[in-house]
Amino acid sequence: MIIVGEKINTSRKSIADAVKERDAEFIGEVAQEQAEAGAHYIDVNAGTFLEQEIDSLCWLVEVVQNEVDLPLCLDSPNPKALSEAIKHHKGEAMINSISLEKDRFQALLPVITGQPCCVVALCMAEASMPNTVEERVQVGSNLINKLTEQGFPLEKIYVDPLVQPISVDTRMGAAVLGAIQSIMNDFPGVNTICGLSNISFGLPMRSLINRNFLSLCMKAGLSAAILDPTDKQLMATLLSTDMLLGRDEYCENFIEAYQSGRISML
Amino acid sequence: MSEFKALTDAVMKGDIQTAVAETQSALDAGANVQDILDKGLIVAMDEVGEKFSTGQMFVPQMLRSAKTMQECMKLIKPLFQEGQLTAKGKVVIGTVRQDLHDIGKNLVAMMMEGAGFTITDLGVDVSPKDFTQKAEEVGADIVAMSALLSTTMPAMRETIKALQDAGIRDKVKVMIGGAPVTENFALEIKADAYAPDAGSAVIAAKKLLGIS
Repeated sequence: MIIVGEKINTSRKSIADAVKERDAEFIGEVAQEQAEAGAHYIDVNAGTFLEQEIDSLCWLVEVVQNEVDLPLCLDSPNPKALSEAIKHHKGEAMINSISLEKDRFQALLPVITGQPCCVVALCMAEASMPNTVEERVQVGSNLINKLTEQGFPLEKIYVDPLVQPISVDTRMGAAVLGAIQSIMNDFPGVNTICGLSNISFGLPMRSLINRNFLSLCMKAGLSAAILDPTDKQLMATLLSTDMLLGRDEYCENFIEAYQSGRISML
Repeated sequence: MSEFKALTDAVMKGDIQTAVAETQSALDAGANVQDILDKGLIVAMDEVGEKFSTGQMFVPQMLRSAKTMQECMKLIKPLFQEGQLTAKGKVVIGTVRQDLHDIGKNLVAMMMEGAGFTITDLGVDVSPKDFTQKAEEVGADIVAMSALLSTTMPAMRETIKALQDAGIRDKVKVMIGGAPVTENFALEIKADAYAPDAGSAVIAAKKLLGIS
């Protein structure tokens, strides 16, 4: 499983304050703790800064990469912010995200084909949010085909099936699981990724719901997740699920994480 | 104790069958339709909204209660004379331009309807022009906007500008909400209220229109 650490997001107050103050030390610490907890990418998102988003995002890229030797997940719905931020990035960034929405697709295509990078392909088309498995698979397949036609490597595409709250429509969990399974079957080598916490919006015991959903997604074939790697319960779920699916020889990763205190039951 | 306690309880539980039967028997017994609405249904939805805001009830329960109320409304609505149902105020609601997220907006619309407001839901990707035209057309008291993306939040500012340009800004109250939206942003763009969730939206709407 590829882990994208989600904590550096200005929708969190402590991060917003640190970005406003240009507190490189604090941001560096949050990057470091996620790296130590097992993140493969560090997500950076300054979306709430609106007009100052671009400057803030570029600053975050520099600060985080000064601190940790990891690629970043550049996270914004704004193609302009992504195209500026990637200029400051060392190595292969993950661009989060492109979608089938025409303006967004056209604006990002030159950015992602202009340099080596990965891209998150959000299952969202022009007209509306997807509801069913079929709608997700259709948009996802369409995106994969369009990107690979442009020479973008399949294995660098991370399809995000778009997780929506189960509280509003109880079919939303199965819709995501079905879409992951279909896309992974239809396009061997492609990746799937999702953020988990949307699933539990509007319900009690959200972290428990998120953890169980992660397990089910992994069984369906999910290959990457955007999450908080410093959450020891969540990481325990991730590593134990990987182990139970037969992907952890000698149960090494699970045991090591336990012995080093990176996972726990409580 | 309200004479409609059984109805109120059924709406709170989301028990459609019982609620519809209670509504029918109240009508058969000659109860006043306005009383059924105010003391039976709206009372229930007010409590649902409050319990939701304080974390004692959850989204699926709220949806179920709202659906139950809608079913009861089907029985009593035809008995109201034209125009009588708009007493609480008219709300034009939608998700702003280039934003397709509708879940939060739908929850707010449903709860406002439950509280007795008359709702015109323009759906998603609603342009400043469409908000303004519809607000003029129906004589809206409130324009409520939702945005789930930081990139679409500026459309809220533009919609307020469009209301100004059309000369109706002083006739409508503007409410905004959505995950990236904040109280500060509401102040900045001179919206009249910000609401973090559907329950709060109802409370804020009532406050804006001076309804207790």
